[in-house]
Amino acid sequence: MAIRIETPLTEEKARALKSGDSVLLSGTVYTARDAAHKRIVEAMEAGKPLPFDPENAVVYYVGPTPAKPGQAIGSAGPTTSYRMDAYSPALIARGQRGMIGKGKRGPAVVEAIKQHGAVYFGAIGGAGALLSKCVRTAEVIAYDDLGAEAVRRLTVEDLPLTVVIDSEGNNLYETGREAYLAARQK
Amino acid sequence: MREIQASALTEVVKRLCIEANCHLPKDMQARITEARAGEDWPGACEILDRIIENYTIADERSVPICQDTGVACVFLEIGQDVHVSGSIADAVNEGVRQGYSEGYLRKSVVRDPLNRVNTGDNTPAMLYYDLVPGYAIRITVAPKGFGSENMSQLKMLKPSDGVEGAKEFIVRVVEEAGPNPCPPIVVGVGIGGTFDKCALLAKKALMRSTDERNPDPYYAALEAELLARINALGVGPQGFGGKTTALAVNIETAPTHIAGLPVAVNINCHVTRHKSEVL
Repeated sequence: MAIRIETPLTEEKARALKSGDSVLLSGTVYTARDAAHKRIVEAMEAGKPLPFDPENAVVYYVGPTPAKPGQAIGSAGPTTSYRMDAYSPALIARGQRGMIGKGKRGPAVVEAIKQHGAVYFGAIGGAGALLSKCVRTAEVIAYDDLGAEAVRRLTVEDLPLTVVIDSEGNNLYETGREAYLAARQK
Repeated sequence: MREIQASALTEVVKRLCIEANCHLPKDMQARITEARAGEDWPGACEILDRIIENYTIADERSVPICQDTGVACVFLEIGQDVHVSGSIADAVNEGVRQGYSEGYLRKSVVRDPLNRVNTGDNTPAMLYYDLVPGYAIRITVAPKGFGSENMSQLKMLKPSDGVEGAKEFIVRVVEEAGPNPCPPIVVGVGIGGTFDKCALLAKKALMRSTDERNPDPYYAALEAELLARINALGVGPQGFGGKTTALAVNIETAPTHIAGLPVAVNINCHVTRHKSEVL
């Protein structure tokens, strides 16, 4: 049974989620991937304004395809998250509560998740056409020159996610595989 | 001698870019459906169902299966008795430009690997030419996503490492990649040649239909053994555990030097796309 969650993702909501939970997320999420993360963290370090307030925000690592006429957004599945590992701890320290991507995270990110009560969600990699149906509105709010990598504000409805790393540091990429292999040996 | 205008390539490349990105090849659909039927881990079944739903939506609506519509790898097999008037590379890049614009595909190419400014039109293509006998040009467009490309590796093994060393390396590359390349994956393997040739063999292996095994029974058996070993890792769809880590292992080989045993592993995701046309 999936858990319905709405943004803003407060620390209380984030801490209630457990690795392996299925979640349907609704509300506002911000898109950012490699180049946008670099700029956001540089802006933070320089004390400049940010494209969005990180406090209790959820960031989706995605660079969508262009919307066809009549679509809110083109295909919009997650990109591989480890490339954001250099930037995520700084954002989490500033209050960012949720990350949506796919693939492994480094120890510094896991530590930041535990320390600040954040959560790392997995969306299905390669399911861009399916996931785009959950996006109601999309608007570029910063770094337009980056094209697909620009920062967008999305309104999503029932975006299907899995809690991969929870606020205690439990990691589905480790436990899921172990559980499968253990069941296979029985 | 047959005369072909380079501009004729543009229309074909444009069409192939769009079709390859929106319509998953039938062999891949068959592999995913078979994997779903053979999967018994509940979470894995659910993900495979969603993957099937995703490529079905993309197919019906002609929208990209994945938002990473890739760098356009374009392979031209040019008949030796064809003469092409005009610049082949310019014609292919114009086809990519038009296809990625008119097909609402993502522009994912930066002009310079370190200075990283997007070219804005997904050009240039990664263009490869082969000369073959005949009067035709066979054009293959294989959009390649980088989530899986980034998990690929090449190693110059020693001849004494032998087949066991090669197997160990291939399985280790897949295990290290884990959830990152969007499993279930297709594993393209090149064995032999030189450093560069070996990598290209691995790429070309990904363009062979997963319906076909290597024509050499020795390598066909090796493909089957590697697939079984990889699927015993338990990584599973999306890395959440399960039987289905890979859908196929395709191996291509070439003669090599007495001192060497190059092995390249080029990983592709469950959206392994390629489409060909003969001009």
